[in-house]
Amino acid sequence: MRDVAIIGVKNTSFGEQWDRSFRDLVVDAGVGAVEDAGIVGEKIDSMFVGNMSGGQFVEQEHIGALIADYSGLAKDIHIPSTRVEAACASGGLALRQGIYAVASGIDDIVIAAGAEKMTDVPAPKASSALAAAADREWEGIMGATFPGLYAMIARLHMHKYGTTSEQLAEVAVKNHMNGQFNPIAQYRKPISVDSVLRSIMVADPLHIFDCSPITDGSSAVILAPADIAHEYTDTPIYVKATGQASDTIALHDRRDITTLDATLAAGRRAYSMAKMEASDIDLVEVHDCFTIAEICAIEDLGFVKKGEGGIATQNGETAIGARIPVNTSGGLKSCGHPVGATGVKQAVEIVEQLRGEAGKRQVDGAEVGMTHNVGGSGATAVVHIFSRNR
Amino acid sequence: MSVARFWRNQIARYNLVGTKCKKCGEHFYPPRNMCPACRRDGQIEDFKFNGHGEVLTFTIIHTAAEGFENQTPYVLGIIKLQEGPSLTCQIICEPESVYIGMKVKPVFRKLGQDGERGMIYYGNKFIPEQC
Amino acid sequence: MSVGIVSYGAYVPKYRIKIDEIARLWGDDADILKSGLMVYEKSVPDVDEDTATIAVEAARAAISRSDIDAKRIGAVYTGSESHPYAVKPTSTIVAEASGATPVLTAADFEFACKAGTAAVQACMGLVSSGMIDLGLAIGADVAQGAPGDALEYTAAAGGVAYIIGNKESELVAVIEDTFSFTTDTPDFWRREGMPYPEHGGRFTGEPGYFKHVTNAAKGLMEKMHTKPSDYDFAVFHQPNGKFPSRVASMLGFSKEQINPGLVVPRLGNTYSGSCMIGIAATLDQAKPGDRIFATAFGSGAGGDAFSIRVTDRIEELRDRAPKVEELLANPVYVDYSRYARHKGKIKVA
Repeated sequence: MRDVAIIGVKNTSFGEQWDRSFRDLVVDAGVGAVEDAGIVGEKIDSMFVGNMSGGQFVEQEHIGALIADYSGLAKDIHIPSTRVEAACASGGLALRQGIYAVASGIDDIVIAAGAEKMTDVPAPKASSALAAAADREWEGIMGATFPGLYAMIARLHMHKYGTTSEQLAEVAVKNHMNGQFNPIAQYRKPISVDSVLRSIMVADPLHIFDCSPITDGSSAVILAPADIAHEYTDTPIYVKATGQASDTIALHDRRDITTLDATLAAGRRAYSMAKMEASDIDLVEVHDCFTIAEICAIEDLGFVKKGEGGIATQNGETAIGARIPVNTSGGLKSCGHPVGATGVKQAVEIVEQLRGEAGKRQVDGAEVGMTHNVGGSGATAVVHIFSRNR
Repeated sequence: MSVARFWRNQIARYNLVGTKCKKCGEHFYPPRNMCPACRRDGQIEDFKFNGHGEVLTFTIIHTAAEGFENQTPYVLGIIKLQEGPSLTCQIICEPESVYIGMKVKPVFRKLGQDGERGMIYYGNKFIPEQC
Repeated sequence: MSVGIVSYGAYVPKYRIKIDEIARLWGDDADILKSGLMVYEKSVPDVDEDTATIAVEAARAAISRSDIDAKRIGAVYTGSESHPYAVKPTSTIVAEASGATPVLTAADFEFACKAGTAAVQACMGLVSSGMIDLGLAIGADVAQGAPGDALEYTAAAGGVAYIIGNKESELVAVIEDTFSFTTDTPDFWRREGMPYPEHGGRFTGEPGYFKHVTNAAKGLMEKMHTKPSDYDFAVFHQPNGKFPSRVASMLGFSKEQINPGLVVPRLGNTYSGSCMIGIAATLDQAKPGDRIFATAFGSGAGGDAFSIRVTDRIEELRDRAPKVEELLANPVYVDYSRYARHKGKIKVA
């Protein structure tokens, strides 16, 4: 198996992009990543695209071919292009498939991209599309929403560990603090704990400011064998590990409602592959679709003890410059959450950080970074570890 | 949800009929046709749950799922049945009265409908045991 | 061979609205209404309750009260004027959710407020003939009354289920005989596709209610050679508190005889459930050997009279399911806005 490196990255801006279509967004990200890598289209061997629900958001399936077409890679070059779907973990899985393709020796230059265009449908329709990531027959039909499912995780976390609404709010506050320095972020202004607690209740105990927004956006990275990465860039970022895991589709079937076992398993596999542990990680992008999700993630990935995610956040341990900076991009909360793109966007953020190009949100001396991308309420998790050093 | 898709699980929804693996004794609701522990060695049979359970966790939903807009705020919970498995369901009670550990029992209610013209879906929800 | 009631079960939603609250909205004088109607509050269904859910809850209560095997039920008939579907039976929902399917016959009945007693009579016939072992007869409604119409003050929600059988040892009450009186009298109706019923105002009284109730009642007593004093209790259809009181005195029954079954002041008119819930409330407190005289009325119009004799078995089964009095106790009062939402008068999304 070959070592793999990332040689080019690009995020489109994230937000409500009324004037840009699904295909506009992906082409923008793909072309940007290609330019960043300094390659030409003919060099590309294959493409993997993470997309959760083109069918419901833009009534378009067959996303792989569509994107290859509009990127100019279909008609003459006919590259293989594959859509990957695992709800909100679609992007992370597309990246993983790209890594497999390069590591296996079958492909050399691979694009891993992710995209979602969520604002072409009204908000209730978007929520309904997202709810398809849960168990439609045994959760959705009962009136479950995604905020509702995570609210039930939050409620039990509070009950078992004494986590507070203020601590949940601190996650949002910290991520907005980071996001203000991210030029692509959907929301670029700081918020206060008070403003989170005073925002409208969506699913008790989660307020609207505990929730990631509905976002249009796309991200792409270019993967290459580590052995030839220096031909394209002076700062290749090496993929040290990829770990993926599944759990029950329905929250009610989990071993423990407050632990994402898929995150535990994916993290364990990634740490083992990289021969690292949590203390080796300099920064992490975790899947904070809701504030409680970040608290669970930093616990389940081993950055804090189980049950202490809330207090650790409140104590500032996850801020830039602190012990373990979490979601320097602003996370899903502030940067935005175009569901299929998010897993790739997290990798873009880590690459920019490890290259030292993250500007005001730069983590000084960052050598090793991690991404953590979740599908549904925790039925899929995918974890990657990246390093400046091979 | 299409008519056939609902109807397929209608008895399970109406009467809390799930399944049980005779080999390992594990109960399943919602029903499973393969025991996740015994897999191909499992022996699955129907099992009617007694309906008694308790609230494992809950939320009060203010922004409704599509089709539930006329019910907000509504209580959604994960109910752990006496026989073991857990399910997601609305709990019919005043939102301020629900708590983790509350004992509940099933009640027959409308789950939803396909608009004004379509099918009406019925099934069990839960109410406080001392209701 | 005797035919009678093997078990019974009632269901009333927990919500109530007071007459004062409805009167407040329309600017009516609540005190005049209350003394005129002798109704003080009425039951209100939850937002996710309808005739089918009420019928199922009543049927389940009846089955669990007697511990009978639901598979013995050979017929399910649900009487209502608010069936959730115009076409597609409520009774199949009830049968399936009661565990009685699939070997049975089922159909929905409609005869305004006496569809439930018509179902009882049909079950009596099937049981007596030996065509079926047990029959499940239900009267249930989420009664409709147009906003601002006089009916809105009384139209309530509730239901009751009776399991009819013919094994003497299983009966909590023997139905000694029944008698019906029916004519074509358009005092109250609802056209296909219309949300609320129309009625003939005062025409519903003399030519409707009083004519049919008295003729059915007198007919049964003549047939059986009984008189009001032979009965410990009497129950009449209760569209309000006044009509059953007046018809009782017209027929020679006393206040004491009708009071135990007069649930309308705190329940309202549950249409197809009305008289039958009154009978259930009476069974809840009758002693073995007591006799109950009951007459249901349905607009359109007809009266079904019954003579019922309570058996020893009542003592055994009575406490095994919620009594009507328990269902009426500790209600949750709602204001008109919540009532409007529960009744689907507010359309969202």
